[in-house]
Amino acid sequence: MLFPTLFGVVTLVFFMIALSPGDPARVMLGERASKEKIEKLRADLGLDKPLIQQYGLYLTRIVRLDFGESIKSGQKVWDEIKARYPATIELALCAMIFASVLGVWIGVISATRKNTWIDYTSMVGALFGVSMPVFWLALVLIMIFSVNLNLFPTGGRMNLRLFFQPETNFYLIDTFKLLLKGEPEYFLSALHHLILPSVALGTIPLAIIARTTRSSMLEVLKQDYVKTVRSAGIKEQRVVFRYALRNALMPVITVIGLQFGMLLAGALLTETIFAWPGIGKWIYQAIEARDYPAVQGGIIVISTSFVLINLAVDVLYSVINPKIRLQ
Amino acid sequence: MSDDTLLTMENVNVHFHTRRGVVKAVRDLSLHIKKGETLALVGESGCGKSVTAHTINQLIPMPPGVIESGSVIFRDRDLLKLPEKEIRKLRGTQISMIFQEPMTSLNPVFKIGEQLADVFLTHQKMTKKEAHAKAVELLDLVKIPSPEKRAHDYPHQLSGGMRQRVMIAMALASPEPGLMIADEPTTALDVTIQAQILDLLTDLKDKVDMSILLITHDMGVVAETADRVVVMYAGRKVEEGTVYQIFDNPSHPYTLGLLNSLPSNEKYADHSRLEAIPGNVPDLLTLGDGCPFANRCSWADEACEKSFPGITELDEGHSIWCHKSEEVKNRSVR
Repeated sequence: MLFPTLFGVVTLVFFMIALSPGDPARVMLGERASKEKIEKLRADLGLDKPLIQQYGLYLTRIVRLDFGESIKSGQKVWDEIKARYPATIELALCAMIFASVLGVWIGVISATRKNTWIDYTSMVGALFGVSMPVFWLALVLIMIFSVNLNLFPTGGRMNLRLFFQPETNFYLIDTFKLLLKGEPEYFLSALHHLILPSVALGTIPLAIIARTTRSSMLEVLKQDYVKTVRSAGIKEQRVVFRYALRNALMPVITVIGLQFGMLLAGALLTETIFAWPGIGKWIYQAIEARDYPAVQGGIIVISTSFVLINLAVDVLYSVINPKIRLQ
Repeated sequence: MSDDTLLTMENVNVHFHTRRGVVKAVRDLSLHIKKGETLALVGESGCGKSVTAHTINQLIPMPPGVIESGSVIFRDRDLLKLPEKEIRKLRGTQISMIFQEPMTSLNPVFKIGEQLADVFLTHQKMTKKEAHAKAVELLDLVKIPSPEKRAHDYPHQLSGGMRQRVMIAMALASPEPGLMIADEPTTALDVTIQAQILDLLTDLKDKVDMSILLITHDMGVVAETADRVVVMYAGRKVEEGTVYQIFDNPSHPYTLGLLNSLPSNEKYADHSRLEAIPGNVPDLLTLGDGCPFANRCSWADEACEKSFPGITELDEGHSIWCHKSEEVKNRSVR
């Protein structure tokens, strides 16, 4: 399923851009460029060839991860993505870890204490979480924790005074090496900078995960096999967290996967507010500038991630549920 | 109370507080189970059989359930007064339970060996390896072929009969089994498998020296396995006796009706329709204090509607609760 999906994505991106109105050459050179200049650029870009030939060339380039050069900056699109996407992945991953761990826990607690004040409080909280606009939450968090309490930085990925040279652009990985060498301040600073944006970005997924876990857990707790282990005298905590939770996790994992995929593409607001040099902001700027190669590359990389996450979710299903396991 | 009594329930009342009102699921129920005997609790769905079972192992969902009064003495301790922690220790060791639906009673995401071993690990000090060995031993005891291999199977890889055997094995995962509550253990199985499971239960009962509380609505199952019978109707006990007394001399109108509605070759040789008890089970929400069977009983009169009858002892160990015992007496099954 993986390759057909990816092929479909790549094809769709190509034709959407090919069919969209406007001539990239004209956009690049401006309204007042001469006809000859435009014709020359069209030839350079291969835009004068038949569509099907363009598509073939495009495919061979994509396979080599060659997305061309950004019109705006003149840099290789793949290099720009490599510089920015790790920041987004790191942030989304932290946000999802925050959302999943806390969300599942809250969901389980509410389900086992159904119709108590704990349940009501967390579910009303979850409703607030889902309805909260991210940009507003981010600003409030900055106001309280950065400006008033001065506990966290207002933005960026690292204390600028630390003069840090990243290798992979996954700061936590890069700084972890330094941590092992006995220089923990880099790692701690990177972590420190991640906390507020992760909370802001993770709040909506957190709320959705908590609600999904609760309803799934309530369903599972009614099942006969839960009655069985209870009547066998297994401790309630073990009944809930070992026997029931594993069955309840199936729909939760689906939600986690979908939310994670959405964060990768949709972290624009959070990235903007926290001055996070991620891919969301970069694509937004590329779209604004009609930087077609950049948009193309960005969309392909993000959708590939989405497909890969779904693959991981499918693999997790079969780990959790033996019925799905291939014989 | 004699020494060979394992469990005694006295005047137990269990209510469920629902939005529509209070459901009196079990009313003034008293019964006892002797060591090594099989007591069958008979009645149709909703008559309080399962609630009775869950009163014993304290798994009634509370709320909405409330055990209003009564006592359940098991091995000299009142289960209703024990703290939850003590009850939990009894569950799975001295009081175990098997359920109606073997297809859904085992956790689908754990190997059956793991699930069995976990019961040992919960109640006894042993290593995982020892617990696994014990689990395999039990699978062998309930006559599952190649138990070593099956222990690594998931529930969906086994048939219904095999799963019910695993459930029985789980109920036996104890060094000192006392009471096994079997809640309609064969209802969901094929007739041939039913017989095998019942044989297995009877065999095991003698082997490990335990008592069985068999909950069923199937008089055939009762005849095959039970020593004594308690017939329940709408939360009340209406007749009690040995299995011979109940089948040879059924004396409560409801028991008569139950036995009359059994298909049999002699009775239905010429006409094909089964006899049924007229009317429906009463709504427990609106049920008054009279005899709950009054509205379906052909002997009933005003007295029956007013109050629940006292005990009438017909024979040693054979009692009914019926105002019309004199008239119903000697009215055998047609």
